Amino acid sequence: MNGDIQKLLNILLNGLTQGIVIAAFALALVLIFRSTRIINFAQGSQAMFTTYVALTLLNRDFPYWAAFAIALAAGFLIGAVLERVVIRPLEGGMELNIVIATLGLYVAIQALAAILFGSDYQSFPSPVGVNGFQVGDTNLALTPTSIFILCTVGVVVVGLTLLFQKTQLGLTMRAAAFDGEVSRILGVKVSHLLTFGWALAGLVGAVAGILVASGQFIYPSYMETLIVFGFIAAVIGGLDSPVGAVVGGLLLGLVNSLVSGYVASGLVTLAAFVLLMVVLLLKPGGLFSSTKTRRV
Amino acid sequence: MSTDSTTKRLLDLNLTRNLLISLAVLVAGMLLLESTDRYTNTQLSSLTYYAIAAIGLTALTGLNGQISLGHGALMAVGAYTTALMLDTETPLPFPVVALVAVVVTSVVGFVVGIGAARLHGPYLAGATLALAVALPSVALYFKGTFNGEVGLTVASPRPPEWFVSFIDAVSGEFATSSKYVAYLGLMCLVVALFFALNLRRSKIGRHWRAVRDQEVAAEIAGINLGRTRVQAFVISAAYAGLAGAVMAIVVRLAAPSAFTIVLSLSVLTAAVIGGLGSITGAFIGAAVLVFLPPWVTSLSTGSGLSDTQAAQMSPLIYGIVLILVMLLAPGGVMGTLSTAWRRARLRRPNPATPTQKG
Repeated sequence: MNGDIQKLLNILLNGLTQGIVIAAFALALVLIFRSTRIINFAQGSQAMFTTYVALTLLNRDFPYWAAFAIALAAGFLIGAVLERVVIRPLEGGMELNIVIATLGLYVAIQALAAILFGSDYQSFPSPVGVNGFQVGDTNLALTPTSIFILCTVGVVVVGLTLLFQKTQLGLTMRAAAFDGEVSRILGVKVSHLLTFGWALAGLVGAVAGILVASGQFIYPSYMETLIVFGFIAAVIGGLDSPVGAVVGGLLLGLVNSLVSGYVASGLVTLAAFVLLMVVLLLKPGGLFSSTKTRRV
Repeated sequence: MSTDSTTKRLLDLNLTRNLLISLAVLVAGMLLLESTDRYTNTQLSSLTYYAIAAIGLTALTGLNGQISLGHGALMAVGAYTTALMLDTETPLPFPVVALVAVVVTSVVGFVVGIGAARLHGPYLAGATLALAVALPSVALYFKGTFNGEVGLTVASPRPPEWFVSFIDAVSGEFATSSKYVAYLGLMCLVVALFFALNLRRSKIGRHWRAVRDQEVAAEIAGINLGRTRVQAFVISAAYAGLAGAVMAIVVRLAAPSAFTIVLSLSVLTAAVIGGLGSITGAFIGAAVLVFLPPWVTSLSTGSGLSDTQAAQMSPLIYGIVLILVMLLAPGGVMGTLSTAWRRARLRRPNPATPTQKG
């Protein structure tokens, strides 16, 4: 195979894997934003924390899927508790106060993880291999781990789609997000749904945290760039559209991979920042926003 | 005619008042520096740059309602500019260097501000967070100029003759380089304070508040929303640049690891603890940032935590404090005090009201 084409193919494959993880994390942000108009800056720290929970269990010889499930449950629980204890009392106040509170959670959880689990790099296992496939004598940037990541995010996306389109709970959540006041009058317990939304986002974030860690090293601030990438992907997708979040994530993953492959890997975050500014200035509603006009 | 002269007198009054406050801070700072040991002197030097940065951020967030998580990165711009300019055989005097650092950071702030002006709340927080993560990578990419991960060592400015003889006359001691740095920090802080005091009472400050509180009304009153927001961001960035310049000579190093997102959040914590919009609050917050960590660290190593664990106690406390302040006293120290004072004053004319005693 031609070397240039091989390079491009590998860059695209890499971008796909990166992008799908970003998409998963962006989904978590969108789940909260579309029902509460809040961006949860602590989402990354929550996901980092649950990944450490999984690693601690794995180090105690828990089976992989048991650790995976417990981490997800922890993410669900943490999301619900944070919504009840920190976010709920601040609702209706100034927008900036909630932003500052989630930033406080961001730092506090990160520092807490460093105290509990240490600041060193620790390797996080993947349930499948991390060596790339070979076609003939060509090495592909596609590993069993990246296929595992793609499949897992696929399950999450399908699960969320079914939840929001087929179940009573999901439909009520959409109704409450669309018009909380009317839903309340119709007898929907909107406050329970908000808590559930945060819990669900915590669960999806926990999945993203484990996926990005699979076959890599983790440390308390390993989610820092993913928070930014997830935010950018969510903004590209319009912040309240799950489909937009996935497309935004894939797009950003590809851009990152192209910049890293053809320009310089050190400039990826800068390129992502520039992309964010361009999107916010030219199309502040994102590419998939459901509402026509909005002040951002 | 008479109203004209009245406003003029009022303006003079304000200006005189602000000048007096600034001078009082200068004298108090000098007294503090001369009456404390070397270690405390270094802590006070750190306090000066934290206070400058916190004043800049408290003005942006408190007066104009914009939030920035990129102030750590903007401080990096000021610090690297200072490091590069001092790294010559015959460096320019520090005030000139600091001024250049302020100008360079303001230019960066202007570019970011143009984008930021159209954003608010969570969008602005996210965009500036992206800036905070992106900017250090520039230092890593241009290794030749910024020396990558290691960073640049800063040649500390040497105390000039007149300073040595001045300190000798004041305290009879020999003026060390770190004492000179502390005085430079103090001077920068006083200048920054004087500007901030005037800004708050000026037309500019009123415009900022108008844009914060009532966008639509401000626009109808003829205030250009975009321009006002960019202006606030640029001025705030200038403060961050000055803070970065002082930080460079105090820490004597400009490295990417010093300008992480945690620095941005620390400055935000200082502004929030003190009370957003309050300059006195910015001082209180900066003091907390400087004096709390050593105390917490020694307390936690004393109770059996390892050094690396103890180092994380301060960010943990910052985070918890940010949450608690938002939940319990969103006005911060100064906001809570002024509310309490106002309540007490309202109660006084009516002695029949039973006072609650605990």
